[in-house]
Parts: sequence; structure tokens; C-alpha cells
Amino acid sequence: MYGKKVKLRLLFLSLILVVLILTIYLVLKSLEDNVVYFISPTEIKELGEIEYNKKYRVGGMVKKNSISMSSDQISFTITDFKNEIDVKFSGIMPNLFSEEKGVVAEGMLKDKNFLEASKILAKHDENYMPPEVREALKEK
Amino acid sequence: MLNLIGNYSLVFALITSLILAVVSFINFKSNKSLDFNIFGAVVLQFTLICVSFFTLIFAFIYSDFNNAAVYYNSHTSKPLFYKISGTWGNHEGSLLLWVLVLSLFTLIFLFKSKKLFNSFRILTIFFQQIITSGFLFFILLLSNPFQLILPTPNEGLGLNPILQDPALAIHPPILYLGYVGSSIIFSSSLAALTCKYVNKDWAAEIKKWSLISWIFLTIGIMLGSIWAYYELGWGGFWFWDPVENVSLMPWFCLTALLHCSSVLEKRATLQSWTIILALCTFILSMSGTFLVRSGILNSVHTFANDPERGVFVLIFLTFLVLISLFLYFKFNNFESKPKSFFLSRETAIIMNNWFMMYFLAVVLVGTVYPIFLEVFTAAKISVGPPYFNQLIIPFLIPFLVLMALGTKLDWIKTKKFKLNLNRIAILILSILISFFIVRNLNTKVLFLSVLISASLYLLLISIIDLKNQKFKWSQRISHLAFSILVISIILNSIFSEEFSVNMKVGQEKIISNSTINFEKISKQEVDNYTSIKAEIEIKQNENKLIFYPELRLYKTPETITSEADIKTNLFNDNLLVVNYLKGSDYLNIRYQKKPFMFLIWFSAVMLGLGGILGLRDKLK
Repeated sequence: MYGKKVKLRLLFLSLILVVLILTIYLVLKSLEDNVVYFISPTEIKELGEIEYNKKYRVGGMVKKNSISMSSDQISFTITDFKNEIDVKFSGIMPNLFSEEKGVVAEGMLKDKNFLEASKILAKHDENYMPPEVREALKEK
Repeated sequence: MLNLIGNYSLVFALITSLILAVVSFINFKSNKSLDFNIFGAVVLQFTLICVSFFTLIFAFIYSDFNNAAVYYNSHTSKPLFYKISGTWGNHEGSLLLWVLVLSLFTLIFLFKSKKLFNSFRILTIFFQQIITSGFLFFILLLSNPFQLILPTPNEGLGLNPILQDPALAIHPPILYLGYVGSSIIFSSSLAALTCKYVNKDWAAEIKKWSLISWIFLTIGIMLGSIWAYYELGWGGFWFWDPVENVSLMPWFCLTALLHCSSVLEKRATLQSWTIILALCTFILSMSGTFLVRSGILNSVHTFANDPERGVFVLIFLTFLVLISLFLYFKFNNFESKPKSFFLSRETAIIMNNWFMMYFLAVVLVGTVYPIFLEVFTAAKISVGPPYFNQLIIPFLIPFLVLMALGTKLDWIKTKKFKLNLNRIAILILSILISFFIVRNLNTKVLFLSVLISASLYLLLISIIDLKNQKFKWSQRISHLAFSILVISIILNSIFSEEFSVNMKVGQEKIISNSTINFEKISKQEVDNYTSIKAEIEIKQNENKLIFYPELRLYKTPETITSEADIKTNLFNDNLLVVNYLKGSDYLNIRYQKKPFMFLIWFSAVMLGLGGILGLRDKLK
């Protein structure tokens, strides 16, 4: 038989192990639930099935003459010059949101042609743009 | 001419640094004392880097567009204050500032450590010089702030207007003081490992530097957060943006180190753990700089996107990590006293450290996971705030309770942990208050009331402890500050309200219980921008607030910024921010009610004050 001290230590170690495994599981689970995928309008078209309760980030250019504003929302079209998607958003636009500039819209897909955005990211200045926007523009 | 002086003094600083590294290593090997040459060289190095830094400031003040850094980041029409702050508002200048602070701290360490073991001091200087020369190489080869442009342009490109802000002007230097302060912790840990000097004296020394670092880091993070709150217009003070996370990680590590070094100082145990924390703090600060400066992270802070720079910092970082690992495993043989599993202050501090490490791990995974995923699978993702909230907030509950009770324990072994009636009364009181607070909410009532009870409990205990002479003032103040911070953040996130609406001039609108009146709009030319001011009135029940939010149109570079109008009082912030879209006569309006913002800033300052008091005790 092991001594009392060794037993205590074993118990303590196994407790740590259980806590550690539990923590890792929690972290991974939460990560899986809260990851937002970045896709282009073309990739949306290629998606097999849309997960309606998951957030997506859609990146591309704001199409010319597509911005319209009403009293409670703003709508515009994101294009990657192959495909496009309509976006509706109510909230405050970033300062540098404008047509023919890069944009990333984050929100829920209603169908393959329509995104209800909860957050809009735009270019911060001439030199800087979110890497996602740069990628989206490079692919054109 | 100025550029040449700046450039060459950097080159000479690098040479000094290399010579110093060699000389200090030889002195260490031959057990020589820390001679006058080393003193002289460190002073010389600091002077050289100072000269270089000031020539850069002059180049910015006098708009010397011959200098590339000035040309890309400055403009003659910019106010003087922002010309100066523009010096470190860009990649090249900010690194020069980093090195300046590095050599300043080396100098201070040299002068303030006279009572300590000789070889330890020499070796610390040696490691410090390795870091300094690494950075100097980096600056001279890959991000030289003294590059010339020929022919000299007449006008600069201007500083990004969102960076033209008083809080942000001092944010980088303060944050850097925090980051770079940890370099001394790093070097002296390696030195202490090598000369087997991991003892109480060393713990006391390292505690001073951790406090310095921690104070600046705390204030630096707060300034960045204040800036994001009113300048970026994101409508909050913390977004789990990768760059914010990167500054938070060393903070967790340092906070753990601060507590853990007390154990080493008082009880001479936990040597290995203290060393690990000390090394990690600087490694995390360095990785922070790497992630921010290399353009890998998707954030406002990313200046340039130069892969070479990223590779250099990565190699340098790997090099430092390898040295640390090598020395750690070579010299890591401490006499370990039997650890006590009793109810004791040590145990409480170890628990604190575990929680800090858990929070750190959560933030680390959330920040670097997208980078790894993109490298290995090319899938681009971002990790949203819910991830951090889900994993951190529930664990705050045991953390807060342990923090309230941990200070009540004695060193070594608590004889009797009395079930004090007062403490039970306080617990009941906090539960009652929290039910009162959450009674009108309809979601997650149970969870929130437990969370608020725990934070109220800590708050009340900390308030009562203010009178307790047993504790140091630094501990009383910073623990109280932390409890205020936590509770204001919780209440702020629960009771924030906001709505947004698009309106034309003269319109009136009703949203739930608020009446919004867009009265008028006016235009004015100021310094280097055109200001557009709106006047918007918001009526809620009997309360009437008139807001004057502003839009600033800058010409160089052509940018718009929104200046929110914030009405602050002790318990509530009301803020209104507007934006406009070209070709539309609607103005994009967002109103927010943010409770306890003032207390959040106040408690962060108080946290810093607690650190300053602790430092004062140590320096006595």
C-alpha cells in the first residue's frame, strides 16, 4: 500500500489533470462556437449549405451606386467582381465606408444573396486596410 | 546633416553595445568587478541613442521631408504637439523610442543596483546588451528612421488623423515603458539563474522592476482604451481586438509575478515559477511588438506590412526563447522546501497565479489561433468577443471570492480560519444588494446575481480592509481599485443602452422612450481640417440633453474622423456619435448610454496609484 502522503499527492495530481482536461475542452468548445469565417461573395455561392445561426465575415468592394440609406437602415452591395451580395445594416458606419472602397461586413446570412450585418469594418486610411479586405481585393 | 548625426549615433550605439556585451562577458568569466569602463559605456550608449532620438524629433518639428519617416508621417500644417508625437506614431520612430527606453532602464539598473551581487549585475548588463544590440540591428537594417528621400519633397503625407489625439500621443511611450521595463526582469532572471542568485535579495530587486513595468503597462492599456472609447467610435472601451489582447497578456503575467515574487521574498520558495513568469513577461511583450509591427494582426495598429521585419523579429524572439530555455534547464536546481498544502497566504497566491495563467491562456489562444489556422489551412477566421466573455467571466466568480478571502490568510499556515460573523454578514449584504440590482433583468438572472454578489463581496471586504493596518497601503489601494474596476465593468456591460438612427436636418423621431431632434448643422474651418458640427437633442422622460457631435474632414491624408460628444458624470456617460455617407442627406446617428465609465477610468488610475505606493515602499 502507498503511504497517506503519496495518496494525497496522487489525488492532487489527478485533480489537476481533470481540471486541465476540462479547461482545454471548454476552450476548444468555446472557440468552435465563436469563430467567424471570412469569405468572399463567390465563396458564398459555392457554399453547400448555409448555417443560419452562424456569423460570417464577407469581404470585397462596395459596388458603385449601390449605397442607399433610409431612416432606419443602410443597404449596399459587396462585390468581388465575379459575384455579389446585398447587405443590410442598421447602426453607425465606419468613417471611411464609401463606394468603390474595401469593406468587410460581419453578420448572419439570410440566403446566398443577402447578409444582415451587425458590424461593418472599412479601410482606416489610404495606407492601411484590414488584411481581409486586402486579400479580397487582391483576388480580383 | 541632422539625419546623418542621428544615423551615425545609432551605429556607434550598436558598436558600444557589442563591445559592452563582450567586455561584460569577459569580466564575468574572470570574476572581475564591474569597472568604470562598463559604467562609461552604458552612459555613452544612452547618450548616443538620446542624440539619435532627439534628431528625429527635430526632423519632425522642422518638417524635414528629406527624411522618409517625416515625409510619410508628417505635414507642415500639423499642430506642434502632434508633430512631436508623430515621432513615435510610426513604425520606425516607435522602435527608436523602444531602444531609448531600453538603454535608459539599463542605465537606471546600473546605478540603482550597487548593493547587489557583482557578477549578477555584470551578467544582467550582458543580457541587456544582447537585447539592445538585437533591436539596434533591426532598426539599422530594416526600419531605419533616417532614410533619405531625394529630391526632397515639399510637403509630407500627414499623420493619420485618428492618431492625432492627446491620449494616443502619450499612449505608446507609456506602454513601451511598461513593455521595456520587463526587459530588466528578463535579463536579471537569466543572470540570477546563471549565478545562482535566485534568492530574497533578487526577489526584492525584481519586484521593483515588476512594479515599474506594471504601473506603466496598466496606465498604458488604460490610455489606449480611453482613445478607442472616444476616438474610434466603436462605442465601448474593450473589444478583444488582437492588439488589445497583446498588451493584456504581459499584464496578466506581470500581475502573477508581482504576487509570486512576494512569496519568494518572504518564504524563499517558488524559485522556478518566479523565473518562468519573469521570462514569460518579456517574451510576451516582445511577441506583442512582433505581432503588432509585422502586420500579421488585423487591427488599427498595424503600420507597415513588411514580411522581412516580421521574420527578423521572429528569429530574434526564437533566439531569446532558446537562450532562456537552455539556461533554465541548465541551472534549474533549486533547493525545494516541502510545499505546504495548508490554508496559507502562499496557497492563496498560487491560486491567484493559476487564475492569471488561465486568463492568459484564454487570451493567448483566442489571439494566435486565427494566425495558426490561416498559416496551416488558409482559412481566414476571427475570434469574436463572446469567446473571451464565455471563458473569462464565469471564472471571475471563484477568482473574486478567493481574492477577498486570500488576504485573510497568514503566511505558512493559518492557525484558525475563523468563520467570522462580520464576513458572513457582508456576504449576505452583497447577495441582497445584487438581487436588488438584477431584479428587473430578464436574462441570466441567477448567473448575474452570483457574479455581482462575488464582486460586491470583494468590494465591501476591500473597503473594510482600508482601515486594516495589517496590510500595506499599496495592497489595500490596488485591491480596492481592482474590485471597483470589476464591478463597474460588469454593471457597465449589463446596463448599457444604445440605438442608432438615420435622420435629416430638422427631423424629429421617437425611439422607445427617447425623442430625438436633429436641430441643425454647421461648418467651420479649423487648423488642418474642416469641422462639421451637428446639434442633436435627446429627450428621455424629463431629461433633456443637447449633443454637439463633430465630423472632421482632413485633407492630408484625405480622411474623415468622428468626434463623439460625451456627457460624463460620476455614474453615467451619454455619448452621441455621427457619420455621414456621401450622396445622402441622412446623417448616421448613434446614441449610447454607458453607466460607470468614469469609475472604470478612475479605478484604473487608482490601480496604478497602488503600484506607485508599492514602489515607494520598496525604494525606502
